Amino acid sequence: MAAAGAAATDLEVARGKRAALFFAAVAIVLGLPLWWKTTETYRASLPYSQISGLNALQLRLMVPVTVVFTRESVPLDDQEKLPFTVVHEREIPLKYKMKIKCRFQKAYRRALDHEEEALSSGSVQEAEAMLDEPQEQAEGSLTVYVISEHSSLLPQDMMSYIGPKRTAVVRGIMHREAFNIIGRRIVQVAQAMSLTEDVLAAALADHLPEDKWSAEKRRPLKSSLGYEITFSLLNPDPKSHDVHWDIEGAVRRYVQPFLNALSAAGNFSVDSQILYYAMLGVNPRFDSASSSYYLDMHSLPHVINPVESRLGSSAASLYPVLNFLLYVPELAHSPLYIQDKDGAPVATNAFHSPRWGGIMVYNVDSKTYNASVLPVRVEVDMVRVMEVFLAQLRLLFGIAQPQVPPKCLLSGPTSEGLMTWELDRLLWARSVENLATATTTLTSLAQLLGKISNIVIKDDVASEVYKAVAAVQKSAEELASGHLASAFVASQEAVTSSELAFFDPSLLHLLYFPDDQKFAIYIPLFLPMAVPILLSLVKIFLETHKSWRKPEKTD
Amino acid sequence: MAAAMPLALLVLLLLGPGGWCLAEPPRDSLREELVITPLPSGDVAATFQFRTRWDSELQREGDTDHYFLRYAVLPREVVCTENLTPWKKLLPCSSKAGLSVLLKADRLFHTSYHSQAVHIRPVCRNARCTSISWELRQTLSVVFDAFITGQGKKDWSLFRMFSRTLTEPCPLASESRVYVDITTYNQDNETLEVHPPPTTTYQDVILGTRKTYAIYDLLDTAMINNSRNLNIQLKWKRPPENEAPPVPFLHAQRYVSGYGLQKGELSTLLYNTHPYRAFPVLLLDTVPWYLRLYVHTLTITSKGKENKPSYIHYQPAQDRLQPHLLEMLIQLPANSVTKVSIQFERALLKWTEYTPDPNHGFYVSPSVLSALVPSMVAAKPVDWEESPLFNSLFPVSDGSNYFVRLYTEPLLVNLPTPDFSMPYNVICLTCTVVAVCYGSFYNLLTRTFHIEEPRTGGLAKRLANLIRRARGVPPL
Repeated sequence: MAAAGAAATDLEVARGKRAALFFAAVAIVLGLPLWWKTTETYRASLPYSQISGLNALQLRLMVPVTVVFTRESVPLDDQEKLPFTVVHEREIPLKYKMKIKCRFQKAYRRALDHEEEALSSGSVQEAEAMLDEPQEQAEGSLTVYVISEHSSLLPQDMMSYIGPKRTAVVRGIMHREAFNIIGRRIVQVAQAMSLTEDVLAAALADHLPEDKWSAEKRRPLKSSLGYEITFSLLNPDPKSHDVHWDIEGAVRRYVQPFLNALSAAGNFSVDSQILYYAMLGVNPRFDSASSSYYLDMHSLPHVINPVESRLGSSAASLYPVLNFLLYVPELAHSPLYIQDKDGAPVATNAFHSPRWGGIMVYNVDSKTYNASVLPVRVEVDMVRVMEVFLAQLRLLFGIAQPQVPPKCLLSGPTSEGLMTWELDRLLWARSVENLATATTTLTSLAQLLGKISNIVIKDDVASEVYKAVAAVQKSAEELASGHLASAFVASQEAVTSSELAFFDPSLLHLLYFPDDQKFAIYIPLFLPMAVPILLSLVKIFLETHKSWRKPEKTD
Repeated sequence: MAAAMPLALLVLLLLGPGGWCLAEPPRDSLREELVITPLPSGDVAATFQFRTRWDSELQREGDTDHYFLRYAVLPREVVCTENLTPWKKLLPCSSKAGLSVLLKADRLFHTSYHSQAVHIRPVCRNARCTSISWELRQTLSVVFDAFITGQGKKDWSLFRMFSRTLTEPCPLASESRVYVDITTYNQDNETLEVHPPPTTTYQDVILGTRKTYAIYDLLDTAMINNSRNLNIQLKWKRPPENEAPPVPFLHAQRYVSGYGLQKGELSTLLYNTHPYRAFPVLLLDTVPWYLRLYVHTLTITSKGKENKPSYIHYQPAQDRLQPHLLEMLIQLPANSVTKVSIQFERALLKWTEYTPDPNHGFYVSPSVLSALVPSMVAAKPVDWEESPLFNSLFPVSDGSNYFVRLYTEPLLVNLPTPDFSMPYNVICLTCTVVAVCYGSFYNLLTRTFHIEEPRTGGLAKRLANLIRRARGVPPL
């Protein structure tokens, strides 16, 4: 009876064990995956390794240069070697994580008949006009014509000439090492026309460590898909001045051609407004010697803020806004001049603020006051104004004056106010800047997503990231093969896609769901369920352990 | 960061002939006016109107495409200085000169009524409308409670109302005038005195009644030069009788009725107090989608009889996309009250769609009434440019009617509001219930139960046995 009872108890104990084990098995096999699956956040896979690879990207900027030798430019036996290709490569020393190499691929060839004919003409301009016709050169490429040492195409003391398009002329030399000497000259000219350290340093100013030049380099606007340009006429004293300006005509005549030439770099929209009773924030000082008023250089930063609240255009635009203000000082404060550091009046009576715009003070001619009663009608001389504003516009877009090599003749300005190679140079710089921006954005996005595991990564965000990475790689390839136009377009795509991914609102959804709330919800369920299972598992484990060791002892 | 730096000047090549445009460039014109209406109760209503009109051709392609017409309402917004500042920026003279000097926020927002508007619309430049100008009209109406703020005195002046006086006209304005309504006090000069005495007066029919205004023209040099500033004052010689103002011919009222959180009814009461003339009214209603309207319950009754609207346009709502749009043309019989009512059901929102204070209720936009109200006095047709601004916002085409647009009051409707801590409570409760059930179930299944014979009895048994032994009965 007792034995039967013990056997029944053992059976019962074994059944209890099995039940506990089964519970544990169901909880682990079914419960855990179910819980994991239902509470997991959706995270599309991202190309993390490719993104980290972008940081070590080597940018190789290739400038294709076609070098054309005329008949008497180099010794005859050298001419026999033509055509061939020389590559001049050099690393640009910038403190930036990307290595940037600049590569001039010089394709040497002999001049064709019509080129010979053109280059034997009387003046450079004529030659250019004749050479210009046949074919349009690709963006970023250059053509250098080497003429004979004694050619009268250039003035005698000049060694080279840079044209308004993508052409340059260099004097040849009759020398044993003619190709070497000419090659050096060509690189000098080509550098002035395309890539220099300054241009790239200015483009990467935001990504480089601070140095003493950085403030100067940060003058240009950041690269963007579009820009909005606002011209404002400020008339603080409508009682004395009735100011008129033909802004529509001036924009049509001077600004629009410039912007058309720049249209490859982005979309532009231009608007204008007249603001009355808009005061500068600073009281000008009176200078009794010249009986005029002046603004100190150190007070100029305070001029902008009070005016800016009334400009009002930055709120309505997606793109960065460039403001150009024409300020007609009130009668009580005119004439008004801007003084530079040394106290001398600035010739243009204008100043600009980096990445913001420019202000010009337009003084009303004092003679007009004598003749008539107030208000005086003032017609603004738009040529004078637009000269200043266009020069400021060039500066703000980062089109600096070129560093011309010695003994080099620079062609006169074109009607657009922008030379074709200047545009190329801007595109080179903007492409590099875009690539740097896109890489930074992608890197920080990848870091953020890696750090916070709560964030949902939707498929469209992931696809934007993939697109951006592909565009960065494509742009780098195109730069390396010298296709500037497509490289620039790809770099813009890269920036757009990376920003879209970075600023996608879906990334914010689960970001603020903290861990303590999670535990508050889980603990009431998990604690009472898990504790018995765990305890019985521990008990079973201990018992089996004991029963395994017992037989050993008895043996 | 501004830096003065010598600029390398660009030499510009002039493209084409460099002659300047000799024609007079179109000049924007500004007209501004302030209408002051003393009310018999002692309150003073002041209405500013600024009209900027510019002749430059903005883009305008053909006729207005009605697919692009949009109508939007924000049923309620708390107005404050933030609404006034951007509005003032649109004025050419900002708040530096002219009538806009009086726009001082701390006075304008301490009033019993405040209404601010911006209208922008194309206006024809000539009778055949071959070319158009654009008009930006800004209006601001306030009602000052002069009786209470003035310690029981009903006298008022510009300085008392706005704490400023007029000093100079806006140099850009082609017209800058102050109108003071002296209609009721004009008959006998004894009741009221306006100081300084007006140079001219203006008479016209405004909203069906004949009005007389004293005019102060700021561009008139004599007006300001005499005393360096203009402070219009009004003194009552005899206190005015507190007679009720005449009831307007058209007015309206709107309310929501019903009980509970499931159904309700929107009712609009339209009053036509004209003694003998009926006129049609266009009623425009937009109702948010979360009030599901039952259009079959739409009833319009006037004088106890059903009133069939001559035109109904109804666009049903789509959840979270567009509101209901209901537009009706209703004929209001003379001297009657018309009730337009429609029933609705309150929808349940998603829990993230509730406002931060959902128990406050949800605002429903006012309905808009547009009507040509017959006038008692015949009015001259308005000349667009010559008549004062307050008369030309909605010009009448014929003299027997005048146009009125009324907005009823916005409504506050309560929606069924969930308990927002409910999800957490539900989770906690179910978890606890599951845990308790699970625990006993688990114990039942995994524990082994066997009957154990008690080896020794308790104290009671021993005690019982002691007694049994004493009695001679066998122990338990």
